[in-house]
Amino acid sequence: MDIKFFFHVGRYFQMLRRVFARPERTKIYIRQLFREIDSLGVNSVWIVIIISIFIGGIMTIQFAYSMSNPIYPRTLIGLGTRDTLILEFSSTMLALIMAGKIGSNITSEIGTMRVTEQIDSLEIMGVNSAGYLILPKIVAVVFIFPFLFIISVFFGLLGGMVTGPLAGVISIPDYIAGIQWLFYPYYVTFSLIKSLFFGFIVASVPAYYGYYVQGGALEVGTASTKAVVNTNILILLFDLILTRLLLT
Amino acid sequence: MIEVKHITKSFDEVKVLNDISTRFEPGITNLIIGRSGSGKTVLLKSILGLYDIDQGEIWYNDRNLVELNEKERKKIRREIGMVFQGGALFDSFSVAANVRFPLDMFTTMSAKEKQKRVEFCLDHVEIQHTAHKLFPSEISGGMKKRVAIARAISLNPKYLFCDEPNSGLDPETATVIDKLIQNLTKEFHMTTIINTHDMNSVIEIGESVLFIAKGEVGWQGTHKEILHSGNNKLNDFIFANKLYAQLREEGDKPEQKQNT
Repeated sequence: MDIKFFFHVGRYFQMLRRVFARPERTKIYIRQLFREIDSLGVNSVWIVIIISIFIGGIMTIQFAYSMSNPIYPRTLIGLGTRDTLILEFSSTMLALIMAGKIGSNITSEIGTMRVTEQIDSLEIMGVNSAGYLILPKIVAVVFIFPFLFIISVFFGLLGGMVTGPLAGVISIPDYIAGIQWLFYPYYVTFSLIKSLFFGFIVASVPAYYGYYVQGGALEVGTASTKAVVNTNILILLFDLILTRLLLT
Repeated sequence: MIEVKHITKSFDEVKVLNDISTRFEPGITNLIIGRSGSGKTVLLKSILGLYDIDQGEIWYNDRNLVELNEKERKKIRREIGMVFQGGALFDSFSVAANVRFPLDMFTTMSAKEKQKRVEFCLDHVEIQHTAHKLFPSEISGGMKKRVAIARAISLNPKYLFCDEPNSGLDPETATVIDKLIQNLTKEFHMTTIINTHDMNSVIEIGESVLFIAKGEVGWQGTHKEILHSGNNKLNDFIFANKLYAQLREEGDKPEQKQNT
């Protein structure tokens, strides 16, 4: 681990300090927040629904395949699909996917503003550019992530319910009985907590890479790639830490 | 008035500005000229406070920027208008919204008053009403510069900074932009500093010209004196342009272009 790592960590926290400084005009920040919820959150709903339906269906078939031994009750297929969706897919895997979609969007947007001097322009006007550009994005993504998690679980289960009978691996009543069997509401709480952390990482880390980019279009592209890779690593690291702290 | 005294700035032990002292008066167009890499952009950004200088003083009337804290610097920045090389308009905002942005951020004007001010600024830079709703990607380079000027003057700044305001523009549009900045400077009695390497601008509007060579003040004077300065470094810079070399031989001065 070289000195560069500590440089980036230090600068990331310096940036956060500016991000959470008192806004110049709260009304404008709120207006920005609604824009970001729409562009980063609402526009992601369709991709979340599509991915979740397919993954729910695929998991149902795979569980059915690995539980083909008749001693296992068929309801286990529903249970397995449900728990995998709640505990891992709809929080962690979705965050990894969203890091690609939302994260690269944030880095390229802020990075382009940096290289075209729009950020300098804000600074010269006396605007806290980090706060104005990044705070609404962080709040929007942290706010929208739990909703995306719930949508993903719902459509994942729906995908399993449609695909299972169509593939002839489970009947609808068995599947529904399975997803209701041994349900622990704490799993949902656990994943909602995870989604808040992941939302923060998915917005703030790419924003950091965009905010400090130097050069031109090529560097913005490189920064986008770095942002997505490092966001994914951090998501997995925090997944491990939070699972250890909250689930064992 | 802006005055810089003995400012020095280095990057990684390379001295980019060396003991620069000068004064920029209000109501006239002050030009900083020099070759690429001479340090003129660093000087401009240092005056703006975007770079922290190693030594020296930067006075905005009676306030030394170097001694001010971040809060006090922000106050000065609200008295500054800046026109960037590429315009630096916000891509997600329309032309009118770009000009309105500083008003939204820093004034308590009503929506109607803001609208009036936006129209006043855009009229001053001759932007048609039909263009108010267009986005930066939908307008020409010259219009972008004009909108950037309108945004820069929206808060009635005391100080106007322009970094290569006519780069990438055709000569005719460049002259229009130059004249526009000069007229606004006189009308609002601003202290205007223009960073350029365009000799046409120097001849057109260089009421005060500061020539920077290798991070030092190479020459200072007016556009009337520049062709006959007797300064070798300045002559090398000016007469690299064949037109001006020819004019020197003819002992003439370039004709003033008509404002279009």
